[in-house]
Amino acid sequence: MDNKFNNIPIEKFQFAKRNDLYHDSKFETKPVSYFQGAFQRFSKNKGAVVGGIVIAILVLFAILAPFFTPFQPAYYDMMYAHVTPKLDLFADSGIDFWDGCKQKDTNYVGFLKDTALAAETGREIIKNGEYTVSEDGSSYSYRYDTYYGVGFGKYKIISAQEFEDIQRYQNETGRQVLYPVVKYADRPTLEKNKYDANIYYKVENPKASIIRPKLNSKGEIVPNYWKYEAGETNNLIPEYNSSRIEGENGIQENGKQYFYAYGRRVDGGIEVRAEYYEYYIYQHNEVKKDGIEKPLFLFGTTQTGKDIFACLAYGARFSFIFATVVAVANFLVGVIWGSISGYFGGKIDLFMERIAEILGAIPTIIVITLLKYHMGASSQALVLFIAFFLTGWIGMAGRTRMQFYRFKNQEYVLAARTLGARDTRIMFKHIFPNGLGTIVTSFALVIPSMIYSETSFTYLGIINLEAGNTTSVGTLIAAGQKSIMANAGYVALFPCAFLVLLMLSFNLFGNGLRDAFNPSLRGTED
Amino acid sequence: MYMFKYVSKRLGLMLFTFFLIFTMCFVLIKLLPIPTNALPGQDPKIVMKTLEGRGWITNIREGANGVWEYDRVPILQQYGTYIKRIVTKGDFGIVTTYGEYMNMNIWEVFVSHLPPTILINIYSTLIGVPIGLALGILAALKKNKWQDQLINIFIILLISVPSIVLALMIQYVFCFTLGWFPLTMSTSDDYFTWEVFHSMLPAVFALCLGSIAGYARYTRAELSEVLTGEFMLLARTKGLTKKQAIYRHAMRNSMVVIFPSILSEFISVLSGSLIIEKMFGINGVGGLYLNSITFQDYDFFMLLSGFYTLVSLTAGIVIDISYGFIDPRIRMGAK
Repeated sequence: MDNKFNNIPIEKFQFAKRNDLYHDSKFETKPVSYFQGAFQRFSKNKGAVVGGIVIAILVLFAILAPFFTPFQPAYYDMMYAHVTPKLDLFADSGIDFWDGCKQKDTNYVGFLKDTALAAETGREIIKNGEYTVSEDGSSYSYRYDTYYGVGFGKYKIISAQEFEDIQRYQNETGRQVLYPVVKYADRPTLEKNKYDANIYYKVENPKASIIRPKLNSKGEIVPNYWKYEAGETNNLIPEYNSSRIEGENGIQENGKQYFYAYGRRVDGGIEVRAEYYEYYIYQHNEVKKDGIEKPLFLFGTTQTGKDIFACLAYGARFSFIFATVVAVANFLVGVIWGSISGYFGGKIDLFMERIAEILGAIPTIIVITLLKYHMGASSQALVLFIAFFLTGWIGMAGRTRMQFYRFKNQEYVLAARTLGARDTRIMFKHIFPNGLGTIVTSFALVIPSMIYSETSFTYLGIINLEAGNTTSVGTLIAAGQKSIMANAGYVALFPCAFLVLLMLSFNLFGNGLRDAFNPSLRGTED
Repeated sequence: MYMFKYVSKRLGLMLFTFFLIFTMCFVLIKLLPIPTNALPGQDPKIVMKTLEGRGWITNIREGANGVWEYDRVPILQQYGTYIKRIVTKGDFGIVTTYGEYMNMNIWEVFVSHLPPTILINIYSTLIGVPIGLALGILAALKKNKWQDQLINIFIILLISVPSIVLALMIQYVFCFTLGWFPLTMSTSDDYFTWEVFHSMLPAVFALCLGSIAGYARYTRAELSEVLTGEFMLLARTKGLTKKQAIYRHAMRNSMVVIFPSILSEFISVLSGSLIIEKMFGINGVGGLYLNSITFQDYDFFMLLSGFYTLVSLTAGIVIDISYGFIDPRIRMGAK
């Protein structure tokens, strides 16, 4: 190789000055730390971000909703069983959705009964009074208000004191709670119809099982109220000094003045017909004072008249708290166990692995059953916690162990050890942070699986949390399944929707987290 | 030879684990108070004598107020009697508190409940595995095309929607609203008639949807990793068509991982799914287990716990061992 520079004259050469030397220049871009990078990658993943937001909303719901609903999981009201979801906003706007109504298809008699009830109380039992009749006239269909449709329920026996109180309440508020009763002798004869307070009208055949209202020549329903002449005293009729549906002066018939009877003295009190909607408002505002203003169930009620919204909120709150506590406990134990097992290896590892293997081989359901037998039915949440903790940490320990195996033989660990770092320092300062991404991801994925297991066990009825003032999503789903037969699909709808949203968003969130904590993906999607 | 050694070692370990768990369950159960309450119309003395005959209690005497007193046999001695009965006579005890099967042989009751559970799971595996594999293969071959994305959405939805909700939806839509199937499984004992098969279908669908998604995801991940392998490039370079390369090299390699999981699922089908069984009223082992918990029938609980533990242990070990048989590169337990 010839030297092509041999003709350069010597004076062209200069001595290099010290400050001409180029050192490595600083990066002009900012350094991105591991967690910053993870955060950047995570924010780019739209699905994961949406998942995170949905999780945040669900958690907020679980935290806040119990404070905003006056209902408790222990609350139930059999009269308002299978009442459909109602939101005042929709109910007032006249949209056929979320209005506390349901589609009802019935025959002429059923329609007539609902009309009669609506006529007496002035409630829109048939929404907007609109209905359609099938061509042969056998079937009527309309939107039926499940709240007002309850009507009077059965004749109610209340104390004389309560009778007075309701009258006072009526005078103060101008609301009509009590309606005239029907004389015992005038009622239909069968037991189930005799005490049915919805039958205030004359019927065609009092002995029949199915009551058919008797219509007058104009096709109107004829009230069958118990009336007495003004001034007449009857031992069975209690004194009544409140608003009357027939007017203050009673009704005039054949030149005489009559009043309706608003109660009937029986053993143990006074038998009244109280419209349940108003009676409910009275009960909760004046007697129980539990903050329930009126019957309004945002998500409807179950077969036993429990408020689904409150149950779901309390159940969700329990689920989140429970899953987080279990996950944290599992995390701590698993990480420590896995670190020791993975770092030291050898006999210690073998021994610890065997213990974990044996514990892990016991099906959770058997652990739960045994605990339940031993701890009784009182502390079911504790049973769940112990059962999930006993076997739950093993997965976390395994994952941590793998991470330790991966990193413990690398050169930088050797370097740290050569420099005199102690075992604990190497374990938690040098190795653990490297495996943190994987471990955090599995932590995020453990929470939904905990919630799902808890839901399954409560669904199966092995665990029942209703003894304490809480419930579980699983119990609600089980109730929803029963309600399917009663064509009340909405009972299962809300808990199912909650569960699906939770699982879906946790899956997206967890996958996003996994990718975010994988630094080898850095820059691949730019 | 090391294969044999490895298998026997694993089997031995499995049996040891099983024995340990079984013993633990037995001891924990025997620490509980013995249910000695006679049912209405049942002579309490007979109940006592039965328990004595089983070897649980001894020295029965009538105390004050007609209350029966007895001494408990030491738990280890009870365990000895229990194991001896199982080994020599195959006798797991008789039903003592589970009303429906009162005084029947536990093992016979258990066996009579196996067929629905197994059948439903076999049907679901037969439907689920081919569909799942096919979807996974399609997704892997068409990676990042619209087919793949469609299948991915399907998989994510199916995996995220919990099986409780999925089963409930199937029941609501197909059984209740459309009325194509009965709400619960037929109780007939003739398992191979059209009527029973028809009533099983919703449960089978509910079960197999989950496994379809699982297999599809697994296959897609495995196959797409194999497809990017260097040996695939070599296979194409040496002149194989894409089809040949995929069929002969990629598929075989990905099956190494997938096949063991199919095998293990085939074993764990025995234990069934408690949720599906409860939801569709299947008269299987799951329902038996749940009821034995409610009735506190301890002998029943022992048998079923042992069964569940054994199934899950076997399923786990089968995965490990079958790796060694299927993939010649893996030498299990070799140093």
